[in-house]
Amino acid sequence: MHGLINKSLQSFFIDTFGAAAWQDIAARSGITQRLGTDGFEAMRLYDDTLTHAMLDAASTLLRRPRDSLLEDLGTYLVSHERMEALRRLLRFGGVSFTDFLFCLDDLQGRSRLAVPDLALPDFVIDEGGPGRFTLRCRGGPPGFGHVMTGILRALADDYGALVVLDHSGNSGGDDCIDIILHDPAHHAGRAFHLAAETR
Amino acid sequence: MMDGSGRGQTFELGAPALGQVMPMHLILDQACHIRGTGPTLTKLLGAGVLGAPLESVFSTRMPARVDNAGHLLRSQRLLMNLRAPPGTGFKGVAVPLGGEGGVLVNLSFGYAVRDAVRDHGLSATDFAPTDLAIELLYLHEAKAAVMGEVTRMADRLQGAKARAEAQAVTDALTGLGNRRAMEVTLQRMLATDDGFALLHLDLDYFKQVNDTLGHAAGDHVLVETAARLRACVRGADLVARVGGDEFVILLAGVSHQAPVQRVGAQILRRMAEGIVFQGRPCRVAISIGAVLRLPGQGTTGEALLERADAALYASKGAGRARLSFAKDDGSCEVLLSSAEISERRAGP
Repeated sequence: MHGLINKSLQSFFIDTFGAAAWQDIAARSGITQRLGTDGFEAMRLYDDTLTHAMLDAASTLLRRPRDSLLEDLGTYLVSHERMEALRRLLRFGGVSFTDFLFCLDDLQGRSRLAVPDLALPDFVIDEGGPGRFTLRCRGGPPGFGHVMTGILRALADDYGALVVLDHSGNSGGDDCIDIILHDPAHHAGRAFHLAAETR
Repeated sequence: MMDGSGRGQTFELGAPALGQVMPMHLILDQACHIRGTGPTLTKLLGAGVLGAPLESVFSTRMPARVDNAGHLLRSQRLLMNLRAPPGTGFKGVAVPLGGEGGVLVNLSFGYAVRDAVRDHGLSATDFAPTDLAIELLYLHEAKAAVMGEVTRMADRLQGAKARAEAQAVTDALTGLGNRRAMEVTLQRMLATDDGFALLHLDLDYFKQVNDTLGHAAGDHVLVETAARLRACVRGADLVARVGGDEFVILLAGVSHQAPVQRVGAQILRRMAEGIVFQGRPCRVAISIGAVLRLPGQGTTGEALLERADAALYASKGAGRARLSFAKDDGSCEVLLSSAEISERRAGP
């Protein structure tokens, strides 16, 4: 699994549950023993077993189901100030939440432009009727659908859209998310300027 | 279509449609006065530019002169800047319009798109969906984020390297312990009640070897000396190179002069054998100053090193290649010289 994904998880655990909780997770999953106290580096590749061990340890120690931790990770990636760069990169995906949904097929290609070996899933969006969509995540890391549910939930808020999301499970190897868009402009959302002032 | 390729065909396009495909276009008449602007350019220039000469709004770098439409049309590409601050730059291309001899100019920001977007507060809808400007901005930010991670990783590695160096306990040339290793071991020994001996050794004439035979010879002497010192002590004793040609030996579990004297004699004997580098003798000798820490004696590492140092200078003062002992009353006693040892061995 790419270091960016592992490092995101590490940041998520530290920022959400505290440094002590992360140290417990890292020690229990063998990360400290294998990688030292700094943990993951963003620009390296790691064996998938390490990521799974980390999630298993976190699930046990924090007494939270894995799926719900992954969904919270998705929300964290969009809404935490430390992840502002990522929020911005996602907001490049469309001028409105609806636009973003229709351009989701671009997400994998865009991520590949930036980090060629990131290996995100394929995203396919089906429109089931007015304001009703199904997103299929195909071939990514297991559980990515839950991360994506969290990302979409936080992004809808970021765009100011009112949506109901439901991770409807696995269908033919795809992680499926049902999206009902009640109001694309429910509130003002957060500002997004194409060229950020400070950087 | 006349020839199947569309060549020779003329198109009619309403201004809104043109604006959708090329939101940064300019329509000029034959005298190069602005007759129309695409929606994004209208946002940048304002509606007031209609009727103004192109030259009054833009300064052109290519072509240098734009008195009439022909100048623009003959130029393969256009390079121009806004006259008003912040002087935003554009690249463009001009094509003739049918009818009254006007010109259609399509402009783009080029690589400066990020500055332009910031300066003029543009958004994604100000660009044609086919324009790669947004992808360029996306890539710029993605690159900045990735570079940030790489830079932070480099900083962490640099810090780790500095820490590793600070914690290193081995002298790279000789493989002996370094000063840090000596200090750590000395403190550990002082923390117990056990007696031990500290020997401070200094190579005599080392500088001359370096100066006359070169640094390779000097390095060879250090490596050879290190090996001989190591061979003269037990495995549990520490031999450290604490400076250019200075060594310290810590003999564990020693509380009398006699064993120190035996080790000292052994070292003087081995060093008297001489060292040869590429067939040439390297004339060096070794001077030794020793001090005992008696069992349970309260003292500090600095005090022991200072007394051993005084004994070392006593050896040097007495003619080098000697072993001296620092006594408890602060005086030093020269005990052995390598000449005496050689005489004893040669004696009856």
